[in-house]
Amino acid sequence: MAVTRNLDKDKMVVVEGSYSVAHSVKVCKPNVISAYPITPQTHIVEDLSQFMADGEIPNCEYINVESEFSALSALVGASAVGARSYSATTSQGLELMHEVLFNVSGMRFPVVMTVVNRAVSAPINIWNDHQDSISQRDTGWIQLYAEDTQEIADMTAQAFKIAEDKDVLLPAMVCMDGFILSHVYEPVVLLEQDLVDKYLPAYNPEFVLDSKDPKSFGAFADPSTYTEFRFLQEKAMEAALQKIEDAANDFHELFGRYYGGLIDEYETEDAEIIIMAMGSIIGTIKDVIDARRSKGEKVGLLKVRSFRPFPKEAIKKVVKNAKVVVVLDKNISIGLNEGALFTETKSCLYNTKIDVPVVGYMIGHGGRDIPVGTIENIIDEAKGVISSGIKVESQFTDVREELI
Amino acid sequence: MSPKSETNSRSKQLLAPGHRGCAGCCDAMAAKFTLMGAGEDCIVVSPTGCLEVMTTPFPESSWEVPWIHSLFENTSAVASGIDAALRAMGKAGKTKVIGIGGDGATLDIGMRSISGAFERGHDFTYVCIDNEAYMNTGVQRSGATPFNAATTTSPAGKVSFGNQRPKKNMPAIMAAHGSPYVATTSVAYPKDMIRKVKTATETVGPTYIHAHAPCTTGWGFDTSKTVEIGKLAVETALWPMFEIEDGEVTKVKKIKNIKPVEDYLKMQRRFKHLFTMEGGEEEIKKIQAIADKNVVDFGL
Amino acid sequence: MKIIPGGVCEPGTTRVNKTGGWRTFRPIYDYDKCIKCKLCELLCPEPAILPKDDGFFEFDYDFCKGCGICANECPKQAIEMVLEEK
Repeated sequence: MAVTRNLDKDKMVVVEGSYSVAHSVKVCKPNVISAYPITPQTHIVEDLSQFMADGEIPNCEYINVESEFSALSALVGASAVGARSYSATTSQGLELMHEVLFNVSGMRFPVVMTVVNRAVSAPINIWNDHQDSISQRDTGWIQLYAEDTQEIADMTAQAFKIAEDKDVLLPAMVCMDGFILSHVYEPVVLLEQDLVDKYLPAYNPEFVLDSKDPKSFGAFADPSTYTEFRFLQEKAMEAALQKIEDAANDFHELFGRYYGGLIDEYETEDAEIIIMAMGSIIGTIKDVIDARRSKGEKVGLLKVRSFRPFPKEAIKKVVKNAKVVVVLDKNISIGLNEGALFTETKSCLYNTKIDVPVVGYMIGHGGRDIPVGTIENIIDEAKGVISSGIKVESQFTDVREELI
Repeated sequence: MSPKSETNSRSKQLLAPGHRGCAGCCDAMAAKFTLMGAGEDCIVVSPTGCLEVMTTPFPESSWEVPWIHSLFENTSAVASGIDAALRAMGKAGKTKVIGIGGDGATLDIGMRSISGAFERGHDFTYVCIDNEAYMNTGVQRSGATPFNAATTTSPAGKVSFGNQRPKKNMPAIMAAHGSPYVATTSVAYPKDMIRKVKTATETVGPTYIHAHAPCTTGWGFDTSKTVEIGKLAVETALWPMFEIEDGEVTKVKKIKNIKPVEDYLKMQRRFKHLFTMEGGEEEIKKIQAIADKNVVDFGL
Repeated sequence: MKIIPGGVCEPGTTRVNKTGGWRTFRPIYDYDKCIKCKLCELLCPEPAILPKDDGFFEFDYDFCKGCGICANECPKQAIEMVLEEK
């Protein structure tokens, strides 16, 4: 299904990306918000704090914690007593949360957290890439990536619905590109409270900390049961594959907007070259594809919305008839010289009958601009792969040779 | 045993037996006294440590009150979240929120978390069970290990008398956070501890109980001596018991006949080197000086 | 046993673990000396000392680990620790 946006112009307002997220959080009616300020996430928590100061979020407490570690830890306690729980962070803050991330997912608390993607130190850098959240891919969190400010607003509500589903019960990171989306002002439709109330059921966990029914949470598991805990988390992730599609479809039905479920496609049907990417770079790629299509070149785009769970089957279906797949990653696994989306896409095609060359480009590190010309060059090189095979499997893009 | 006595008395046990604490375990005593002081309408948070491991091997739990373990260093943050959620959801007021953790989890790795939670003024009580080292991992030094105690990471040796630093003064730090109620106590004085936990949990705001807890395994004494040694710590003035209300010391447990610190030290393996090594006598004098200063500072 | 999400446990379930097997010395009451002061019951870390209808106490040997704190602290020496015979 293609992107649908029944945008009611009368309802559109020009707001900052961060505000559209904060507004979505507000109408999802969280009980506890716990966050620590960090650039470029700050505008989200400032907007939420203003909502609190104005009494606009009923039945909610905002905890001004002393660190990201405590921000997420507080939500362990909050979720355990049945509170809908939200946080937002980025980069160094997310890295500081690392231990707690595993804990939240292992205890199956459906916390929703906005990650305003930013590069990690050192060298310290406040601009956008995806190294922060990609580095947390094995922590058992759902990871969704948004393309623009309307999608991040909508995805926030979807994330609560997916995470809190009783067949899932996993925390979710909703990822948006720092500054590029968080600090940009665009016209959006802010989520309507009455529609969100219809869309998102109340969070009613089966077990909570309650002295009338005193359960124990967080027992240690020895080798005789630990494997099964891990197995069940994986099963929940697999269940989330369908729930992510359902959440997008239900959203479409109520709000009239759709951006894909696990993935989205643009001009892929007959595409010989398929570009894969996540986040705000999608817009630039679409523009380049439009230009190429007008020249008759068969170029398409596979946008990945869900990185965890990884949509293996959906990807295979889209790329199976392509002649080359080009994967763009705003991250790198140092020592492998590959970005994560590239590695995992390659891996899911292995042991299949699909025989399509896959090449990877690591791009946009630490906020390096990604001009149209860079995408053009990548497409031209992809044509070379079709005609004469892979020369370089995975590489950095736009390296300034004069500095090395 | 008659079925009647089983139903009558076991139903009152808020910490069930069958836990894997060592014979004579100070943690089990501290948890029991805490629950006796707090009553059954509470939610308990525990960090990683002996108490957590010995009471909750999946799928079992010794706890008869709602209980949660998250991580080692975040007990006060988890308690903050519980306090906030109860308020947000209109359930605040009756249910008491309690953190119970060891000294390492409290004043070393959990320091950021407890400091933040107290500064923010959450309505909860934190009980530190101070057995003066990391016992769960095999008796390593913590910030609460006393001067000249031997642990596995501060052993006595040819050129060392063991841990060279005094205990971190955690009660003073918590009082400095503006806590309305801070108290020191000991598992050797259960009635004192139960009363202080009760006072703490009935006081609105963040309150702190620091309970001295002799550990048979870590300190090296017979399992029957947990209480005896705990009393000696108090009677030698090495562990003053006091209450601080709104920053002022308001009550101190007076000691009638203060005993020499040797009486306390000689019963424990961790101080044995002070009695066998050359120069040990001088070191014991330094410990006596700590006790003497406590006598002056607190008017024991 | 079924693992429910997060591994939530039922309260008081360590009672299936009879720690009495750890015991080397067994505490025995001398009810002639006992003054019903309740100190033993209060101090027991298990807890494995249960009140009886007559105000005295009895040991719960299913759980008593034989630490001997009760005997050491008893103000009337009413508890004796005797070697377990296997």
